[in-house]
Amino acid sequence: MMAIPACAALALLVPRARFLPDDASLGRFGILVSGATLLVGLSAVTAFDFSDASRAQLSVNRTWESSIGLRFHLGVDGISLPLVVLTALLTFLCFVYTYRHPPAGGRLRLLTALLLVLEIGMLGTFVALDLILFFVFFEVVLLPMFAVILIWGGADRRAAATKFILYTLLGSGLLLAGMLLIAVNAGTLDMTELARRHGAGVSHGVQIAGFLLMMLGFGVKAPMWPLHTWLPDAHTEAPTVGSVLLAGVLLKMGTYGLVRIAVPSAPDGARSCATALGLLAVIGIVYGALACLAQTDLKRMIAYSSVGHMGFVLLGIATLTPVGLNAALFGNIAHGLITGLLFFLAGSIKDRYGTGDLARIGGGMLGTAPRLASFLTFASVASLGLPGLAGFWGEMLALLGAYKPDAGLSRPAFVTFMAFGGIGAVLTAAYFLRLLSKITHGRPRADAAEAAAVAAPTVYEYAAWVPLVALTLLVGLWPKTLLAVTSEPVRALFGGLG
Amino acid sequence: MITLAALVVLLPFLGAFAGLLGGRRLPQPWVACVPVAVSTVLAAVVAFAVWRSPGERTGTLTLIHTGSLPIRVGLQVDGLSGLVGVMVCCVAVAVQVYSVAYMADDRRYTSYAAFVSLFTAAMLLVVFAGDLLLLYAGWEVMGVCSYFLIGHHWEDRANSRAAVKAFLVTRLGDVGFLFGIFVLGVAAKSFTISDVLARVGTMSHTTLTAAALLLLCGVVGKSAQFPLHTWLPDAMAGPTPISALIHAATMVAAGIYFVARVYPVFWLVPSALAVLGILAVVSMVGSALAALAQDDLKRVLAYSTISQLAVMAAGLAVGARSAVLFHLVTHAAFKALLFLAAGCVIHATTTNLLARYGGLRRTMPITFWSMTVGFAALIGVPAFSGWFSKDAVIAAAQHGAVHNGDYAGKMQTGWFAHASTGNPPPPAGTPKDHVWTIHLRPYPELHLPAGVAWVIYLGLLLTVVLTAAYSARAWLMTFFGEPRAVARAHEAPSEGVPEVTVPRAYETSVADTVELSIPAEGEVTKEPSSAHAHEAPKLMTWPVMALAVPAAILGFFGLGASELRPELGSALLSAVLVAVGFGGMWLVWNRDPAADPARALGPVRPVFAKAFYLDELYALVIVRPVLKLARGVAVFDRIGIDAAVVGTARAARRLGGALRIPQNGNAQSYLTALLGGVVVITALVVIFQ
Repeated sequence: MMAIPACAALALLVPRARFLPDDASLGRFGILVSGATLLVGLSAVTAFDFSDASRAQLSVNRTWESSIGLRFHLGVDGISLPLVVLTALLTFLCFVYTYRHPPAGGRLRLLTALLLVLEIGMLGTFVALDLILFFVFFEVVLLPMFAVILIWGGADRRAAATKFILYTLLGSGLLLAGMLLIAVNAGTLDMTELARRHGAGVSHGVQIAGFLLMMLGFGVKAPMWPLHTWLPDAHTEAPTVGSVLLAGVLLKMGTYGLVRIAVPSAPDGARSCATALGLLAVIGIVYGALACLAQTDLKRMIAYSSVGHMGFVLLGIATLTPVGLNAALFGNIAHGLITGLLFFLAGSIKDRYGTGDLARIGGGMLGTAPRLASFLTFASVASLGLPGLAGFWGEMLALLGAYKPDAGLSRPAFVTFMAFGGIGAVLTAAYFLRLLSKITHGRPRADAAEAAAVAAPTVYEYAAWVPLVALTLLVGLWPKTLLAVTSEPVRALFGGLG
Repeated sequence: MITLAALVVLLPFLGAFAGLLGGRRLPQPWVACVPVAVSTVLAAVVAFAVWRSPGERTGTLTLIHTGSLPIRVGLQVDGLSGLVGVMVCCVAVAVQVYSVAYMADDRRYTSYAAFVSLFTAAMLLVVFAGDLLLLYAGWEVMGVCSYFLIGHHWEDRANSRAAVKAFLVTRLGDVGFLFGIFVLGVAAKSFTISDVLARVGTMSHTTLTAAALLLLCGVVGKSAQFPLHTWLPDAMAGPTPISALIHAATMVAAGIYFVARVYPVFWLVPSALAVLGILAVVSMVGSALAALAQDDLKRVLAYSTISQLAVMAAGLAVGARSAVLFHLVTHAAFKALLFLAAGCVIHATTTNLLARYGGLRRTMPITFWSMTVGFAALIGVPAFSGWFSKDAVIAAAQHGAVHNGDYAGKMQTGWFAHASTGNPPPPAGTPKDHVWTIHLRPYPELHLPAGVAWVIYLGLLLTVVLTAAYSARAWLMTFFGEPRAVARAHEAPSEGVPEVTVPRAYETSVADTVELSIPAEGEVTKEPSSAHAHEAPKLMTWPVMALAVPAAILGFFGLGASELRPELGSALLSAVLVAVGFGGMWLVWNRDPAADPARALGPVRPVFAKAFYLDELYALVIVRPVLKLARGVAVFDRIGIDAAVVGTARAARRLGGALRIPQNGNAQSYLTALLGGVVVITALVVIFQ
């Protein structure tokens, strides 16, 4: 059995801060380490047996604490593999970006260390196959992100960071309660085992309670309306790399958890709560889009757009159909790529214009900074769900799932959700086009003397953007790359549901 | 065959890619034109092959499993798609060649040409797609390309707004369209078009009605029919070749094409066809009236496009599918011709405004004759292509109206491609034909309410008159009379031109043709006019002349098919109506050739010019409430939900504060409390013993 990404990151954490005299070498070190992790992740892809994507492969399974049946069980399957690669990729790109564009606030050594710990947590969350282990990794993520926001954030970083940590910790508390409730009743902590049982042996009431708690817990992370308010603040205040990882990976942990733990281990509970989840998801879609339409700050707008997009992901989950879950997983990856790109771009724009305020940036960016504006246009168009780019398939499949939800769910309710989801999609297009029209079209502001001197993107910025653009195109033009991987395990999840 | 079709679609796509990535290193005009040209040849080969051996061919590249219904990435070639594919390619080639000269001074020619290529590829994907979702993908990509192309001159806020409007309005319809696809696909358990059509007979009436009405949303949006037509006139902000490509031959045609493609679905739902017919009548008459009062040549043509598309939609509503496809093709030819010729006029005079033209027939003879052919085809002068095709539609509508809404005959199954060339229908043995006959036989005859049938028929006749009138106005004002610069010099600018439209239309024209970096104000002093106009460059006049040929003679191809041959009664009637419209306009114009004949409209003129204030109504009823709601949500998020969260945190802290008081670290107070506790406990013990 080969070493897996989490182990690599863990091992590479040890020598930090011992050597590396200056920032440049530190940056190189970060790139090297995360690059190595990415390579391991990619080699995991090559080693992965795609013909049997529903089985947890490349796994490590050791007893950790035998008295309570705790096991150190890691592994990847078709559901987690794309997310693992996405995480490794985004972290790598963050390091590449930070190498030339460090956030204001210095202390690069600490930042590198924190980002690495963050990566461990994120990867660990996606490969953990034991509930407690999952929870540990889930929590490991919080503190580094808290510190990243607190130290390198914007003006209101204290409040944002505090809100972020308290809110998500509260969610984690509910989550732990929910997970333990199910686990104790089912008698195992092993996720593969729980999924195999499809909730057998757990009474209906316990399943509902467990699912509800987990739904709230993961819902804070996802974020699900109305538990989303930590997100705009955190995103707006966080430095670029923080926002990218937050949007690109952290949000996915919530929806991933729902797909991986909550739905398979408490299917009855899921069925009872699905309509409520769908309702909240759709409210999130429309609400997020409307909120975006009225934002004046670039990063804040992108943050609210996440609420809308994750709403589609949640809607997909709520349908409890294979197509819906596929949509959710697809939407996860697509959102990670596109919103990651958007936040990179927003960071670059903020660097150049010194503000994220749409009115102060003014218009005419296509004239003053054509490359940057072109990338922004691409990312926006991808984000509004244009077919042929990544964003479309997740949304479309989620709506398709909602048109024909699981047999146990109320069809009229879901068809209504679908209709509102469609309106949300139009509004999404509206706010992105408004954004583009505001800052890329028109003429530059008259008083913006420095507008002529908007720097061209650096090599490192390109290095961070281009892979995301390329993947967005690849996944969008050839959705089979992802759907082929996720379809089979998703079907396996439904062994006892459909 | 399918490989060829795939190449037809992929070549422009790759051209677009290469153009965007290669930037200035590549010889851009070649990158733009060659792939489309090759595609045209291949499309012609495909169409020819289909004509030789009719029937349907499908090919599948791969199946994408989604967890429920798979998406079949595959193409489908038959007479319909072969014909429309050739049409799209021809217009695209003409536009690309034309653009080389028209956009020669534009710094962003690269991205422009790439988007035109991408657009062409998307349209061809719509045409050849064998799967509804694949078709939808092309459908949307077209939408976004049109957004980029309309907003090509984004320096001007008005253009940017027009682009956004075009995208959003069509997207609104597309949501319904997507849901319609869901309904059909789920009911047929497949998204493959041929499977869906094979199974429509088994679907319940409710399902079909829902699907047809939802699909109509998308069709109405794309084909610019009332009530989602408002984007099209504004889309004239784009460069003129784009207007020719998008707003004449391709994108707007996609809606009509789609209805024709899945016609059995609509055929079984007469109520949906009735809705389509009514919307079409509103669109055709309303926009023809609006065209009568426009000051901008391109807007006249835009409204005429809406009107002509409505004629096609009406034709679909009365079951005349072949006639509609006939009209689709002839319209593509003559409308592209008109737009490109209008581009020559604009190029020469640097203005869009009709009031500034005049007498151009002497200085621009080629443009004049081409445009005359175009207008003749548009209004349906006998022997020009539009006369044949429009007449076929009118004849079908007349038949229905006279017979109380019963439309004769079964659904026309003969594919237009072989029908129009006089080929016999496919031999009964081919498997495709088998499918058709099996599933067509139970189709009932089409029956619309008699009132609707009459409304459609009369609407069509009225449109013929109005079309002749507005075409005559544009033609006369552009090419006849005296050159305007002289005429206007001693004329106060106090004609009834609505104040608002002038600057915008004018700016557009400046942006269209003059180097972009020149500020608009500096240009105003040059007073664009027709006085010093000259013929456009050769690269622009050639495509125009090339298009003039099919616009003139394409109609005769229809003689091969019985349902497309002109019927004496209706043909004579429409010829008379054309004469009435044209003659009326000529009389008004002749009284004072220097003035705008639209003055005869009197007080209703501003109403027509503003297209019945629909834009203003939408702004009032939809746009503003949504924005207000958005602002409300943002505020609610801050002071509602977030305040609740923060409030919870504060409350928690306050609660914590209360609990903190006893734990102040003062040993003395701890001891006091301890003693107090002991006393209380002792007291309690004593009392309750």
